[in-house]
Amino acid sequence: MTTYTKKQVNDLVAGTLDWDSVHKMLSMPKDAGRYALYMEVLQDAVTYDDKILLAVGPHLNIVESATDGEIIVKCNCGHDFGDYRENWKLGANIYVRDTAEKMDQVYPRLMSPDTTWQVYREYSCPSCGTMLDIEAPTPWYPVMHDFQPDLKTFFEWVELPAPAKI
Amino acid sequence: MTILQNNSPFGEKLGLLLRNGMSLDDHRNGILARSAESGHYNGIKDLEFKERDPIGYERIFSKVRAGLVNSREVAKKIAASPIVEQEGELCFTLYNVAGDCVATSTGIIIHVGTMGAAIKYMIQNNWEINPGINDGDMFTNNDCQTGNVHPCDIATIVPIFFEGYLQAWVGGVTHVIDTGAVGPGSMSNGQIQRFGDGLQITCRKTGVNDTPLRDWLHESQRNVRTVKYWILDEKTRIAGTHMIREMVQETIADEGVEAWEQFALEVIEDGRRGLVSRIKAMTIPGTIKTVAFVDVPYTHPDVNVPSPFAKIDTIMHAPCVITIKPNATWRLDFEGCSRWGWHTYNANPTAFTSGIWVMMTQSLVPTERINDGARYATEFRLPKGTWTNPDDRRTAHADAWHFLVSSWSSLWRALSRSYFGRGYLEEVNSGNSNPCNWLQGGGINQDGEIHAVNSFETAACGTGACAMKDGLNNAAAIWNPEGDMGDIEIWELAEPLLYLGRMQKTNSGGYGKYRGGNGFETLRMVWGSHDWTMFFMGNGYMNSDWGLMGGYPSATGYRFEAHNTGLIGEDGRIAAGKSIPLGEDLNPDDCEWEKHLGPDAEVKRDKQCITTEAIFENGDLYLNYLRGGPGFGDPLDRTHDNIQEDLNENYILPEYAQKIYGVQYTQDNEGVYTVDSAKTSARQAEMKEERKARSVPVREWMETERAKILDLDASPQVKQMFASSFGLSDPFLNEFKTFWDLPADWNLLESSLGIPMFGSDVTMDISEMPDCKPVIMTEE
Repeated sequence: MTTYTKKQVNDLVAGTLDWDSVHKMLSMPKDAGRYALYMEVLQDAVTYDDKILLAVGPHLNIVESATDGEIIVKCNCGHDFGDYRENWKLGANIYVRDTAEKMDQVYPRLMSPDTTWQVYREYSCPSCGTMLDIEAPTPWYPVMHDFQPDLKTFFEWVELPAPAKI
Repeated sequence: MTILQNNSPFGEKLGLLLRNGMSLDDHRNGILARSAESGHYNGIKDLEFKERDPIGYERIFSKVRAGLVNSREVAKKIAASPIVEQEGELCFTLYNVAGDCVATSTGIIIHVGTMGAAIKYMIQNNWEINPGINDGDMFTNNDCQTGNVHPCDIATIVPIFFEGYLQAWVGGVTHVIDTGAVGPGSMSNGQIQRFGDGLQITCRKTGVNDTPLRDWLHESQRNVRTVKYWILDEKTRIAGTHMIREMVQETIADEGVEAWEQFALEVIEDGRRGLVSRIKAMTIPGTIKTVAFVDVPYTHPDVNVPSPFAKIDTIMHAPCVITIKPNATWRLDFEGCSRWGWHTYNANPTAFTSGIWVMMTQSLVPTERINDGARYATEFRLPKGTWTNPDDRRTAHADAWHFLVSSWSSLWRALSRSYFGRGYLEEVNSGNSNPCNWLQGGGINQDGEIHAVNSFETAACGTGACAMKDGLNNAAAIWNPEGDMGDIEIWELAEPLLYLGRMQKTNSGGYGKYRGGNGFETLRMVWGSHDWTMFFMGNGYMNSDWGLMGGYPSATGYRFEAHNTGLIGEDGRIAAGKSIPLGEDLNPDDCEWEKHLGPDAEVKRDKQCITTEAIFENGDLYLNYLRGGPGFGDPLDRTHDNIQEDLNENYILPEYAQKIYGVQYTQDNEGVYTVDSAKTSARQAEMKEERKARSVPVREWMETERAKILDLDASPQVKQMFASSFGLSDPFLNEFKTFWDLPADWNLLESSLGIPMFGSDVTMDISEMPDCKPVIMTEE
């Protein structure tokens, strides 16, 4: 079984891991211990006490609240997006690029979408302004609820104790 | 009506091909029943052979796999077509007698399933009796209603006999340059129905006693434009399949018939377990939703199609819910897809379900042991009537890739959420570029021959950003893991098109903490041709890739073509030593190339990236812009060193580095950029505040968007897309209404849009053909 050190996982997250190690990660069977090390690395990077259970993005995690044990989505800045089963985007801020002029700020006119066909929806954290996701759908399209994890089964898969409130 | 008989006028009888005395159809149905009942391929609950004799088992696999790869490498040298010889657009696959894939070569492994579907079609439609299946036979298939992706993928299928009994099938496929469609080129788009989509061959017996039949050779060769390439492609396929046949027969002789027969079943259950194992090791159970779109802009005057009902703008729509189950199998449900259309971008279910493994082998199952076992661990649901499961036998498929690749890219993005969630950042891919433009055309080439072209420079687009590194520039395409743009010298031999430039395409990759790889661009000048036409094929008004987790989508496409350029001839700019367009179209909004053309030049520079044949004279120009990949993560998290490199390597235009990354820099006399990190950080802090100031709470925005829906305030193509999906899917309609809190009786009918809606009400499926039993391997 392949194994890696916490430092290697830390470097992977930081984008500084040497290529030989990255290549090994890509080509060898996956290391079962990655999840635990990854959670440690992510936990070290935040200031809140809630226990990180899964990463939703570089700044967004599913966490077990340190105060009441509820499972919520949380920005690294501490902003609480609420129950993990709900779509966190509904609690975000949004900026929609739905005119040519707004698209001009992103790409040359000829290299950006025609907004009568497609718009960009930029979801950011209301507290820290971090860009958390960008959708590129047609107008009218419902907000995508990207990911709904089955945490109970997941913790069975990784053979670790599950949080109480899942 | 049926013309099917169980006894052939030629003397063939059912049940003589297999050692067990069963007909091929009964044998296959038994496998299907045992698989469905047990959840294991053919009811195989224990890998008895593998566990009893692992060395023997692996020895057979190694021989087979090595033989397939070796045969591909040898056979492709026969081909003259750069699509095959340069880009490797060929594949050889070995099947058991039921038509299930045992192992495959490298290459365009989408055909694991497509050739298997053709074999199953022959089995299911009693080819055993008529025309008969004998040692030394060859069958040819490219029928899109029989599982093929698009007509230009020609498959040669050969049965493998040992000691008088059928023991396997081998298929070889090449992507040919032309199939004699209405438009020249292998993925043309002037036609809108099957009847203009080029030569289509339905599992036809084209050879006996290892010899191609003369009626087949004469008929097929005169029905395509590029005869020399066609002939050598067929020789490639025949040589490869016969090499593999010999290898399999030697293997059976060495290992024994019983060992081979057990292996040919057990290896598929092994493959099924392999996928389950990887799903459990890499993903997170639950549901992941994703969606993809692509533009079909047909109202533009440069799109000339034969039928007025096709002159509408539409959007193809592919929502998908991926359910990863507790038992580590998975289900992909495409409820809500839009209807098939009057264009060449339709796909059949096998093209979708087989092609998906091309993408999956690049992340989820990067193993040589890819076979039909993965399909048995996967539930696909492709609703009937959609673009990926048409319910009408008239549909055209020549450029099925236009949307297949976009929809698969969204699946890769979706799975990446799972990889990221549990820490496998090295596997994350924000999605791939929409691999286009497809430079195509035809006429009389520089050698005075009837010719057609389809440049496969597309095999080297930008890749999506990873969660720990940038995407690769001009590197790969989602449909062929062996990315290669091909040599200029070879393309100039194959096409009457000189290169005036070949550069990476600045600013084409999506921005992010990690940027998408840039695509590239080549400027071609028509030279030495006669009666020549060309056209464009790609996305322009829309981007079919999103970014991931804060990264931006890649840039969209645009078109540049120039006529009456004043470049050639005695009075031309070249003869006069004046400047000419060279290199790159750095910022297309600046129209730099136009400054180097004659005063009477006619330039088309716009977003109409799908056109049909236009006349190109010698000296005319054509831009082939290959797209970039999407980005990952908030651009403001990109390191300042990386931004500096972007500027100095020309990966991004300085104007957009400032707008997106907030970079502050100085530039020395030699043009070298140096980022001022302190000022950049200060500007980035301002930009976060600006984001907060200009954005609104999502629920507040939803009220304004809801009002637009109630007012039917959207473009015709957006409304057509939704109406088309609503018409096919009550669940999608209800989900839409629930999300936007619309009245219970709200609906949007296609009939209310005032556009032609041929095919929306009355259709005729291939299954309604006399004596035709289509192969159905997905839930519909």
